[in-house]
Amino acid sequence: MMLAVLLQRLAQMLFVMFGISALVFLIFFATPGSDPAARIAGKNAAPETLLAVRHDFGLDRPLPVQYVVMMKKLFVTQDLVSFVNRGLKVVPAIIEATPVTLSLVFGAALFWVLGGLLVGILAAACRDSLADRILMILSLTGVAIPVFWLGEMTNLLSQNRLHDTLFFSWVPALGYVPFRADPIGWFKALLLPWLTLSLGFIGIYGRVLRANIVETYQEDFIRTARAKGISETRVLLRHALRMSLVPFVTMFGLDFGALVGGGALVTEVIFGLNGVGKLTYDSLQSLDLPVIMASVMYASFFVVLANAVVDMTYVVLDPRMRSH
Amino acid sequence: MATEPAFGLALPTSTGHDEQTDARARGPWAQALHRFSRNGSALIAALVLIVVIVASLLAPVYAIWIAGVDPFSSNLESEITLGGERLPVLAPSTEGLGIGVMPIGPTWQFNAYFLGADEQGRDVMARLLYGGRATLLIGSLSTAITLVLAAFVGICAGFFGGWIDRILSRVLDILWAFPVYLFAICLSIVLLNSRIELGPIVIDSSSLIIPIMIIGVIYVPYVARPIRGQVLALRKSDFVMAAIGLGVPPHRILIRDILPNVLTTLIVFVPLMMALNIATETALSFLSLGVQSPGASWGTIIRDGQSLLYSRPWVSTAPGLVIIVTIVALNILGDGVRDAFDPRAKLRP
Repeated sequence: MMLAVLLQRLAQMLFVMFGISALVFLIFFATPGSDPAARIAGKNAAPETLLAVRHDFGLDRPLPVQYVVMMKKLFVTQDLVSFVNRGLKVVPAIIEATPVTLSLVFGAALFWVLGGLLVGILAAACRDSLADRILMILSLTGVAIPVFWLGEMTNLLSQNRLHDTLFFSWVPALGYVPFRADPIGWFKALLLPWLTLSLGFIGIYGRVLRANIVETYQEDFIRTARAKGISETRVLLRHALRMSLVPFVTMFGLDFGALVGGGALVTEVIFGLNGVGKLTYDSLQSLDLPVIMASVMYASFFVVLANAVVDMTYVVLDPRMRSH
Repeated sequence: MATEPAFGLALPTSTGHDEQTDARARGPWAQALHRFSRNGSALIAALVLIVVIVASLLAPVYAIWIAGVDPFSSNLESEITLGGERLPVLAPSTEGLGIGVMPIGPTWQFNAYFLGADEQGRDVMARLLYGGRATLLIGSLSTAITLVLAAFVGICAGFFGGWIDRILSRVLDILWAFPVYLFAICLSIVLLNSRIELGPIVIDSSSLIIPIMIIGVIYVPYVARPIRGQVLALRKSDFVMAAIGLGVPPHRILIRDILPNVLTTLIVFVPLMMALNIATETALSFLSLGVQSPGASWGTIIRDGQSLLYSRPWVSTAPGLVIIVTIVALNILGDGVRDAFDPRAKLRP
């Protein structure tokens, strides 16, 4: 039974991957307006380049063949090259940039889970008081701050205006430091980007967790727990919080996947971290279509995969999920 | 019912009792309006939004009558008089190697570069107001597109079921799993770099229609899925069963029983989707994938200010503050609208 559900989920994942790849393919190769060869070759490409692109991607053949050729270049032979940035092998470039994005998102995830738990539990513990209201308004503001703007303001203070003060004198110049080369430098380079990226999520997770805990407080088992004389702290942490964590975990899976798959793009750009998002952004500026296509495809496949893994974990962990 | 759910022991207050008698006397719309009008923070949020909207609408008044500037053309040589002193809008740079220009900083006077100028000597205050027009226009029109498409898809899938539902649900699955920013990047890079000709309609790449369409489409699954679920639930509800039993034709059930219920859900989505769409528009414009230069939106101005961040920080700072105020207000308004239509929803996230 469980196996059947897992297989069904797997089939659904493959279907969605196919759908997304077909959609991306159609957007780039079959939208009217301009020649796909010209799009792939970049601005003002030489006629020879255009001819080579046309031959390479099989653009004179039917659309399904073109789709297969592109997918093969992306995932099987992985020999897609950039024409704007001559000689750049696209897939290795993406793989090389991945650790930067993962470092950024993992660290930020740690901050936003801890921060979200703290805000949510505190607000729920003193619900409807002034402290709760202030926390909720702050969370809402955190959600509303555009992350690219927050990054700019962080840079303005930490790199420029307050750089020579006690608070920010430790901040290194913008850019990424590999963990293996210098763990402390890695931490210093990423601390502010982590905080910047996590602030909005702390707001969202705090608000959702508070709402869930408050809702759980209405359940019968909470009344039973109170009737047994368990302390209020224990009721909150051991009973209400535990139930409220289920949607929290679901959201985390989705958001984590989405951040690795492109959501961290602006943060990488602002802080000069050369991850997959920065790679995508740079190729957007130079209209380097092969890179954009590849990073979009890899990133969205990662998101789909991450969501499927989260779902399957539920199937394994929660027997109730197996019936669907 | 409307009292706060503290411990489940809260006694019904007199207001709660009034509302129950109201429920019989008034329709759901009047009830919602009544509840909304007593929600202080939602009213304040609405007021803030009205101020932002009116200020944006008055952008030409400011640009022409008060500041006397053209926010869309570069202004490299002009000078202004400030406190009896003649100042160039763009002075030669004194920092670094001395190459490039240093735009004038904030003067904090409404008639002369209140927030300073950007690198092309354009009045940032005037651009901020015009940018508000673009951002709010894109935010509201894309919300309208999202809601209309989502309602159509959700109602079709939920009401007709069968193969229509299966196909639409699969399409929604795909769009749902496609990360929104990547989807938007794909669409904008193709649409912004080609002129689109659909018969007699020609859409230029600088047209606001492009970001409106893109943002309107990418969020359809977020609304269509809950609508489909609601329609499915409604179809099994007693009053629809009763209508079917009475032999009421399907189109009448759709219009009289399903639509009014879906409509309140859609209204609850309006402010929240607007907040989401404004955030998306500013991010896309910041990435140069939304409103194109020389046009202005709040995201575009932050982008313009990026190279001036350390020397003229107000160019980027001001639009960010306006975005935050607008999005916070929309969210508070959204919570108010939701509570007004469905007080029980207060408990849910």
